[in-house]
Amino acid sequence: MLIPCPHCGPRTHEEFTYLGDATPRRPDPADPAVETAFFEYAYIRVNPAGPHRELWFHAAGCHAWLVVERDTRTHTITGAAPAGRTESSS
Amino acid sequence: MARRYSIFRLVGEALRGHRRWEPAWRDPEPKPSYDVIVVGGGGHGLATAYYLAKNHGLRNVAVLEKGWIGSGNVGRNTTIIRSNYLLPGNIPFYEWSMQLWEGLEQDLNYNSMVSQRGVLNLFHSDSQRDAFVRRGNAMRLHGVDGEFLGRDDVRKLIPMADFDNARFPIRGGLLQRRGGTARHDAVAWGFARAADRLGVDILQNCEVVGIRRERGAVVGVDTTRGFIASRRVGLACAGNTSRVAALAGLRLPIESHVLQAFVSEGLKPLLPCVVTFGAGHFYISQSDKGGLVFGGSIDMYNSYAQRGNLPTVEEVCEEGVALFPCLSRVRVLRSWGGIMDMSMDGSPIIDRTPVDGLYLNAGWCYGGFKATPASGWCFAHLLATDQPYVAATAYRLDRFATGRLIDERGAGAQPNLH
Ligand SMILES: Cc1cc2nc3c(=O)[nH]c(=O)nc-3n(C[C@H](O)[C@H](O)[C@H](O)COP(=O)(O)OP(=O)(O)OC[C@H]3O[C@@H](n4cnc5c(N)ncnc54)[C@H](O)[C@@H]3O)c2cc1C
Ligand SMILES: [Zn+2]
Repeated sequence: MLIPCPHCGPRTHEEFTYLGDATPRRPDPADPAVETAFFEYAYIRVNPAGPHRELWFHAAGCHAWLVVERDTRTHTITGAAPAGRTESSS
Repeated sequence: MARRYSIFRLVGEALRGHRRWEPAWRDPEPKPSYDVIVVGGGGHGLATAYYLAKNHGLRNVAVLEKGWIGSGNVGRNTTIIRSNYLLPGNIPFYEWSMQLWEGLEQDLNYNSMVSQRGVLNLFHSDSQRDAFVRRGNAMRLHGVDGEFLGRDDVRKLIPMADFDNARFPIRGGLLQRRGGTARHDAVAWGFARAADRLGVDILQNCEVVGIRRERGAVVGVDTTRGFIASRRVGLACAGNTSRVAALAGLRLPIESHVLQAFVSEGLKPLLPCVVTFGAGHFYISQSDKGGLVFGGSIDMYNSYAQRGNLPTVEEVCEEGVALFPCLSRVRVLRSWGGIMDMSMDGSPIIDRTPVDGLYLNAGWCYGGFKATPASGWCFAHLLATDQPYVAATAYRLDRFATGRLIDERGAGAQPNLH
């Protein structure tokens, strides 16, 4: 798999470290249902067969966190962008 | 019904030119309803159906398999069986499985080539030795066999290993002599045939595409072969559990990942036991045909494609050659991948679900082959009695919420690290 890093260009995925699904958001600790919210955030995953937005860290490159869009059935990568504030806090 | 296999039968059939062997299991049409439906015709689903019939007298049972039985992980794994675990919830379960393996072939009347050739875990540093001694002691405290081997004892078993590797010298090993290998697809076939003989219907090319519920309870499943009614449905669909459970509105603490395996050309006898490399993640054994069967880590990213990528191939082969330099010119014949449920603590789940009548057997990660007999035994007990079997009480679905995790690796909620 080649990940199109917006800073470094297409690079083999060996250069990256994988974290996982980019969609869970760190809950607000002031949320009244905080226990359930943190449980779901830490443990529950949709785990789709198909398009997946996921976090990769370019460890052997620019040291940026990226949100990569990849199909889990085919490994086809359709995009990579720098992770925004919300994703990088996850 | 398939007749018993025996030496007399074999001789008799040979004299008749092997023309009268019947299929090992029937290919029935689905009935309108069953007492229990097991979804997934892998090792765990077939073992569950067998023990439902054998231990609980439930014979109106069907196993629904979307492809052909054995097409999933049960036919893709590296065949290692062992019970060298560390944590309380795990040791009794895996040891129970080991004991079932020891009598399995006689019980099933099927040659699954269970071979207790031993599993040797190598260590390469003083700290790793201490960790292995701790594991070995935990095993022995639970009545599991475990032996500490010094460097010279290891040398007797695998003299060709690179003992004096500058970075990863071999200092010794932890040996479980009762561990070993079993012929993976023959385990699926053995359970299938034995379950079929007890009246279980094995329905292949029968994919579950819907789970019907009324007032919160399961009433049956929609399949590619039509609706089949049942008030008790057990999921044993390793790798695809998230997708099938989603049909009933469940979301689980599981990610699907791909693990690759490899087999080399046939060689003369080289490896007397299963060997694992402690300086990386690599395991290898030699099949009875002579091929080396080996593997390493998962590919690390979520995947439903039953194939992995080349960096893992390279890494696994490098580890193999670091351990056994004599393998450097051996040719790899085939490699393949399988999709596994990686759970959030690396341990499995055998439990009820929030949906009445729907039960879950999942999260086996890449160690579920050795669990096959005990997983089937415990899941059958749960499906038949609605109570967990004693050896599997720790495998609760709610442990992620209550904090009673079983994390052998200590890696936390990061499935690709377990
Ligand atoms: C490469 C590799 C090496 C491994 N090595 C080892 C090892 O050495 N030792 C060890 O202990 N474990 C090992 N494992 C893990 C082990 O193989 C699995 O944990 C175990 O086989 C999973 O249980 P199973 O046999 O029931 O799974 P499977 O054989 O995968 O069975 C699940 C079945 O469910 C079916 N299914 C899925 N969705 C549906 C649906 N909607 N409707 C109907 N059917 C469906 C699938 O087609 C499949 O046949 C390895 C795994 C892999 C991939
Ligand atoms: Zn980069």
